[in-house]
Amino acid sequence: MHNRTLAELARALRNKECSSVELTRHFLGRIGQLDGRLNSFITVCEEQALAAAAAADQRLQQGEAGALTGIPFAHKDIFCTQGIKTSCGSKMLDSFIAPYDATVVSRLKTAGAVMLGKTNMDEFAMGSSNETSFYGAVNNPWDTAAVPGGSSGGSAAAVAARLTPGASGTDTGGSIRQPAALCGVTGIKPTYGRVSRYGMIAFASSLDQGGPMARTAEDCALLLGAMAGFDPRDSTSVEQAVPDYSADLNNNIAGLKIGLPKEYFGEGLDPMVTSVIETAIDEFKKQGAEVVEVSLPNTALAVPTYYVVAPAEASSNLARYDGVRFGHRCDEPRDLMDMYKRSRGEGFGAEVKRRIMIGTYVLSAGYYDAYYLKAQQLRQLISQDFKEAFNTVDVIMGPATPTTAFNLGEKVDDPVTMYLSDIYTIAVNLAGLPGMSVPAGFVGKRPVGLQLIGNYFDEARLLNVAHRYQQATDWHARCPEGFE
Amino acid sequence: MESLNPVSLQRSDIEKIAHLARLAIAEEDIPRYARELSNILQMVEQMNGVDTRTVVPMAHPMEAGQRLRSDQVTETDQREQFQAIAPQVEAGLYLVPKVIE
Repeated sequence: MHNRTLAELARALRNKECSSVELTRHFLGRIGQLDGRLNSFITVCEEQALAAAAAADQRLQQGEAGALTGIPFAHKDIFCTQGIKTSCGSKMLDSFIAPYDATVVSRLKTAGAVMLGKTNMDEFAMGSSNETSFYGAVNNPWDTAAVPGGSSGGSAAAVAARLTPGASGTDTGGSIRQPAALCGVTGIKPTYGRVSRYGMIAFASSLDQGGPMARTAEDCALLLGAMAGFDPRDSTSVEQAVPDYSADLNNNIAGLKIGLPKEYFGEGLDPMVTSVIETAIDEFKKQGAEVVEVSLPNTALAVPTYYVVAPAEASSNLARYDGVRFGHRCDEPRDLMDMYKRSRGEGFGAEVKRRIMIGTYVLSAGYYDAYYLKAQQLRQLISQDFKEAFNTVDVIMGPATPTTAFNLGEKVDDPVTMYLSDIYTIAVNLAGLPGMSVPAGFVGKRPVGLQLIGNYFDEARLLNVAHRYQQATDWHARCPEGFE
Repeated sequence: MESLNPVSLQRSDIEKIAHLARLAIAEEDIPRYARELSNILQMVEQMNGVDTRTVVPMAHPMEAGQRLRSDQVTETDQREQFQAIAPQVEAGLYLVPKVIE
């Protein structure tokens, strides 16, 4: 059953080929049996999952099923889940039982999805390797010596290993697309404002966006349709109707104009990855797409700009962890200041502390104009680059990452090198655009992701283009050895 | 301030930033933080290579303004539920170390 895609499982449930309880037991069994090799889950909710599955079966019996009724699913542990531990990968929230559901969680519940558990992640979504998690690193199912990427590394690994048909992720600088690429799964980061951020633990509020990860674009279309939509509880949620993402999946892509940014194929890109991406692009040409070169001249500024904006917003967002109302509190504080400092010092890991300190520094008195304001101006330029490119092309394509998955431990002591692994994904968040990663091949044992970048609210087109590619290729259908 | 000199943070800078951020950090970790934060800030300095004097800072990708709602009570009282996850409460109040002598 685990070899079927989420869309196939949804059809099987509606045709009564299997029940949701059977399906849920099957995936829970796989998690129990196989996740010891991966560490992709922080929490498994067996009891709640089986209860939800039984309820889903009843609705299926009564013919009241929606698109996702009875489908097992996993949430990144950044989404608040009422009554269930929501750790955000941090010791700070190790004992935090969320008092309410995130909108993404309640929307998927309403659509009938059955939550299997909560997936591992970089602490507070700060990382590109999943190594900053308080709950330990996650192994890449394709090669357990490799990282799965991050920050949604647990979700990517769990989907790749077929421990769940789909999972949620969040993407602040590439945290859906980079792990999707490194684990050979399909993931989409929607336009900023498309998916509600309510109950999604905040990292950098002007960049954070939730989205689905699954095996195929067809699966992501189903999931995004359930996740997206206006939410009055998120002041940045966009009041715009959600299209039926599944409706246009099969549209012909002849005449589609694809732009390849020359800056994404320059120095730093592994030549083996280049050749995989070029082969993928040829497939689109075969289907009648027109490929032209475009330029995003401010690409090199994206990483520096991001490492001002994201830490600045993080230092402000994470100020709420003060040991007073929830989260970790140190033992026997001498006074209030001691309580704040030690609770935070003990509760946060090294990467989170680094980013809070960078953010505190760039926002400290006298530095605002030189750092945050400057970064917001560069953000405007980066965003203009995309606007100009989209005047002439429909979709931008390139590699999602400069290399395949690196080894565990390889970059953990060198933050700046780690940051540069997000060089092709970060600009998309700064501009607020939708982006996707689609499995496009391998270098040795390790997967390569093709990135698709669309114009604002053009998710349907990205999913359509990705689906057409997946109809002609089988990279997304490959299964890592030992997880068949 | 339009440009900055190359940043090399000293022990005293790290102590000051950590204090502003309300973070207790171990004495022996200070040299490592000084080195790592300096490296990050040096990378960030690439921003200064671009003249942005005439560029309007980007506030929102779609230039959307802040949505407002009417000033009405929409949340119900959930104090007990919220206090159930607090480190220390008493009689409906959050307890912290004494702040007034």
